[in-house]
Amino acid sequence: MKLFRDLLRDYRFAFAFGVLCILVAFALLSFFSPYDPSRWGQVPRDLRPSAQHWLGTDSNGQDIFWTATFAVRNSLIIAVIAGVVSRIIAVIVGMVAGYKGGTWDRVLMFFSDSLLVIPLFLIIVMMAMLIRASLNLVTLGLLLAFFGWAWDARLIRSQILSLREREFTQTAILSGASTFKLVINEYMPYTTPLIFSTLINNMAWAIGLEITLAILGLLDLATPTLGTMLYWAINYQAILLGRWWWVMTPITLSVALFIALYWLSVSISEYLDPRTRVQRVGAG
Amino acid sequence: MFLKRYLIPRLIQYVLVIVLGITAVFFIPRLLPNDPVLRTIAEMRARGAYLEPGAMDKIISDLQQMYGLEGSLWDQYLAFWGRLFRGDLGVSFFQFPTPVIDLIMTALPWTAGLLLTTTILGWVIGNLIGGFAGYYSNKQWSRVLDAIAMVVRPLPYYIFAFALLLIFAYYLRWFPISGGARLGMRPSWSWPFIQSVLWHSFLPAMSILILSAAVWFQTMKLVVQNVNAESFVTYAKLSGVKEGRIVSRYVIRNALLPQITGLGLSLGLIFSGALITEIVYSYPGLGTLLYNAIINGDYNLIMGITVFSILAITTSVLIVDLIYPLFDPRIRYM
Repeated sequence: MKLFRDLLRDYRFAFAFGVLCILVAFALLSFFSPYDPSRWGQVPRDLRPSAQHWLGTDSNGQDIFWTATFAVRNSLIIAVIAGVVSRIIAVIVGMVAGYKGGTWDRVLMFFSDSLLVIPLFLIIVMMAMLIRASLNLVTLGLLLAFFGWAWDARLIRSQILSLREREFTQTAILSGASTFKLVINEYMPYTTPLIFSTLINNMAWAIGLEITLAILGLLDLATPTLGTMLYWAINYQAILLGRWWWVMTPITLSVALFIALYWLSVSISEYLDPRTRVQRVGAG
Repeated sequence: MFLKRYLIPRLIQYVLVIVLGITAVFFIPRLLPNDPVLRTIAEMRARGAYLEPGAMDKIISDLQQMYGLEGSLWDQYLAFWGRLFRGDLGVSFFQFPTPVIDLIMTALPWTAGLLLTTTILGWVIGNLIGGFAGYYSNKQWSRVLDAIAMVVRPLPYYIFAFALLLIFAYYLRWFPISGGARLGMRPSWSWPFIQSVLWHSFLPAMSILILSAAVWFQTMKLVVQNVNAESFVTYAKLSGVKEGRIVSRYVIRNALLPQITGLGLSLGLIFSGALITEIVYSYPGLGTLLYNAIINGDYNLIMGITVFSILAITTSVLIVDLIYPLFDPRIRYM
């Protein structure tokens, strides 16, 4: 708790945490929605914001305010699945590469470098296209997790490399600790902050890719997410027709979400280790 | 030594990455339980086409040939590479029988023009401002720029593109909302056409430029602050070297090195972002081509764009990496 109070002193953390709380509360509102998000034509189309429809309605005949609550919830679910699963891959790859070294290191790092260089999003687009029919929140999260570990595995590896040279590693090995125990008991406490800050970055990445895939029309377009809301707005030429409230809602929500996640990760990683600043910004 | 320790491993990695990427493009559709031939036939049926059994067999074998699905998996794989080496990416299914490579070549100048200009300008501007902001990090203007970068930096390209579109094209009406040039204009080297292209590409270019400049600004500022603390800078200051000379020759020059590596690593991300930005502005480049290919289920075209992009990006990264020794004497004389 002391940690949390210290973090709150950073205005960026306080602001980002506040915004995130508001967004989560907004997402939770979806449980009280009077409308079914998968059904269209429940309200008159293309109404401006009014007392009855706070953020107006769209051309599908959905209330934008309530659709947006579902959208934030679903986007967050995808992000959490992608973030947590890809953390597991990144930790395993980074630790094996860093600790084992040699051929293991070279092969694993070659794979992660390749993932970094290749325009990944096109490969993800190809995969999404093929499994389109079975693409739901969970499978999309897993698909993103499968591709989202490369950079963070590199960061974890370089930290393990430096930990391996420390004296306590020798002490632990000489006193008979197994590799597994060594990694869990001795290395994990050092890498946890890094894993946590990469988790937040990775969630932002996943939300971004979800929006990308949705704009390309590759997701289940009847499930509201930040991306599918934008898809329908583009599809119905909302900007050209002057329905600004329709475009503005998902854009404002995602801008708030991206800034909040970024500021959170910046302030946490600076608090935990000022030296990670350079590494973090280098993550592009 | 330079050849053996730097160039050759890098070239081997280049070839391996391309082989890996293209192999993935080949195998992904074949590993997944989804037969493009059967799907195409199902789509034809859904549109109400009645097929005689004899005609059906003919269509199946034609489709198999078109998708490169003849023979064993290994034969298909070799044939795939054979065609690639001849520059043959197959024919587009929905603009039959235009070869995919022709469609890509029509869209490419638009994307290349937009990307090259914005990537290079963004890198130069971001590093320049970031360098000075890092050196004078206590000044008020440096802090203001830092705050702006903190807000802009986390936004994805297309979200930022939407924001600019809403403000400048929809609300202020300074720029056109979509397209690459005025409707009905034929591409030529005439002044009115060039003017129209610049006019239409200004907002897409700005959305990529500002964002990438913000990224370079932030990294550069941090690196410069670190270099600034090194003893050779203190020594130069104490020996009375002019400040302008210290910033440009001592600090920024040293700090630029990691930025060149960073440029290589980020090319793939910038490229992906630019494709979606194009879709937001209906700019007639590869991104919009990809969008239409996905809408039409034109599988050959998507594969073609992916293969082409893998080649283009890995080659650009290689070029950036090979330029690197020109700037870093430590590698040149190794």
